Amino acid sequence: MTTSSMTKRAAKFAIIALAAASVTACASRPKPEAVGPTAPPPPPPASQPGTPPPPMSQGALPGTQQDFVINVGDRVYFDFDSYSVRGDAAQILEAQAAWLNRYPSVMIRIEGNADERGTREYNLALGARRANAVRDFLVSRGVSSSRINTVSYGKERPIDPGTSEDAYQRNRNAHTAITSGAN
Amino acid sequence: MRLRTLFVALTAALLSAATLASPARAQIEVDVNRGDVQPLPVAVPAFTGERGAEIAQVITSNLERSGLFRPIDPAAFIERDLDIRYQPRFADWKTINAQGLVNGEVTVDATGRLTVNFRLWDVFSEQQLLGMQFTSTSENWRRVAHKISDAVYERLTGEKGYFDTRVVFVAESGGRVDRIKRLAIMDQDGANPSYLTDGSYIVMTPRFSSTSQEITYMALRPDGSSIYLFNLETGRREALGNFSGMVFAPRFSHDGGKVAFSVERGGNTDIHVMDLRSRSTSRLTSDPSIDTSPSFSPDGARITFNSDRGGSPQIYVMNADGSGAMRISRGGGRYMTPVWSPTGEYIAFTKQAGGQFHIGVMRPDGSDERLLTTSYLDEGPTWAPNGRVLMFSRETPGGPSRLWSVDVTGRIVRPAPYPQSGSDPAWSPLLN
Repeated sequence: MTTSSMTKRAAKFAIIALAAASVTACASRPKPEAVGPTAPPPPPPASQPGTPPPPMSQGALPGTQQDFVINVGDRVYFDFDSYSVRGDAAQILEAQAAWLNRYPSVMIRIEGNADERGTREYNLALGARRANAVRDFLVSRGVSSSRINTVSYGKERPIDPGTSEDAYQRNRNAHTAITSGAN
Repeated sequence: MRLRTLFVALTAALLSAATLASPARAQIEVDVNRGDVQPLPVAVPAFTGERGAEIAQVITSNLERSGLFRPIDPAAFIERDLDIRYQPRFADWKTINAQGLVNGEVTVDATGRLTVNFRLWDVFSEQQLLGMQFTSTSENWRRVAHKISDAVYERLTGEKGYFDTRVVFVAESGGRVDRIKRLAIMDQDGANPSYLTDGSYIVMTPRFSSTSQEITYMALRPDGSSIYLFNLETGRREALGNFSGMVFAPRFSHDGGKVAFSVERGGNTDIHVMDLRSRSTSRLTSDPSIDTSPSFSPDGARITFNSDRGGSPQIYVMNADGSGAMRISRGGGRYMTPVWSPTGEYIAFTKQAGGQFHIGVMRPDGSDERLLTTSYLDEGPTWAPNGRVLMFSRETPGGPSRLWSVDVTGRIVRPAPYPQSGSDPAWSPLLN
């Protein structure tokens, strides 16, 4: 067998297949930035050593967001894969309802959260259940549902980065965020 | 917007197997179904010509990463002057126990077009198993290498390859309590990564259409969630529908004509489906439980999904119109994220049991459950288009999320070639 015979046969067998492919050369498409090792973010601002934050619990003015967070409590916790309002949560939610009834122009968003021990999608649904359980509780205590939005963050917004049962517990919560109307 | 697409001419030419040997009767073959198979020793010397070494390297990496092949260190090669026009000196390759040999040649014409000829040899039977030619623009050399990898894989395993594919995923950065999540895409071997969103909002669960270069994904902002269609060729992005509650878990039907997803209303999550042509939406489930993670069977007749209607999250299968839902997961534990395989023979899932997470597969009737992985947190399998390999997210306690892959036998578990933090991978179909 010779080289030339092979080449001839190669030509004889040539099949041409044209294929549209590769979006990389599309000129009209917004060009995505390259993923590179991005520089690490700067360290968080130093917490001003020597000047501790002022004691808010005494300084929070009534009707302010600080008042709500410190004197009422803006977060309630749930058991694993559960959205029933526990006794400890009910106490806080009673206080939230009373406060919201005292400041009727305040609008809130209830954010449901789940721990990381579940899948992303299931936990979105679970977080939505928790947010709605809180919403239903507040509405049952006289807070107008028109003042309340709900959202689920699933397991995307943990408040504790740990991996202990205590950390998971803290991350199974519903957070009541004031979106407008506070003093 | 006018679609301008680069046309890659892929010329496949059979290079006269007949002159070299009797018609291919493969002596070597790789059985992808055997869990205990030894990887096949193969040699992929640098192709001659421009980019030849890089092309051989991409092929080598692909074959190695599949776990079915064991590329031999080029330092051991004896024959160093391979020429695509001549038979290799088989004795030299037998000496180093190379069962398969891939050699090739790259030429570039005056316009910069690349032509790659390659041959696959069965060393011990001294037969040519493949002889092909690809031509392309020179910047597309990596895709040519992936096409060659697919041809070699298919010839030796009898299964379609999956190397000329991409993976869309969520690139993660920042700390665990302030994670930044950006939609990203890369070639299946980690090359050409790029971001598709800017990180100013959370994105999750992207999924590829199996018929086009289109993805669907979920975006989450403080004021709620949306699901999007995003055409990778045109850059066109479009929100699907307008829902008052949370909307999430979108996934295409295999023909690309529908998207199934979850809609939450008043805390209750149900599965809906949208016909992409008419944009009409219908609700498929209506019970008070969580119904999410829908995934169509390849023929579009059925949908597998995740529901806690029985008290804990389990996997169900229903007809595509929502009727006839039946639970199929039967083992102990919590079962989530069912994903029908492209071949229809399996449903992959995430299982949570005994404090661990697993990626597993079962038959669509729930039989033959096999757990393929175990770790602190494994989640969200996606199938390679040939149904032989799965990619998923893995987190170690307190550590970043990484992309991993496992073959369907569970034997070959390894990190995916993306060195940074990522989650929610979704495999593309084979590119054209």
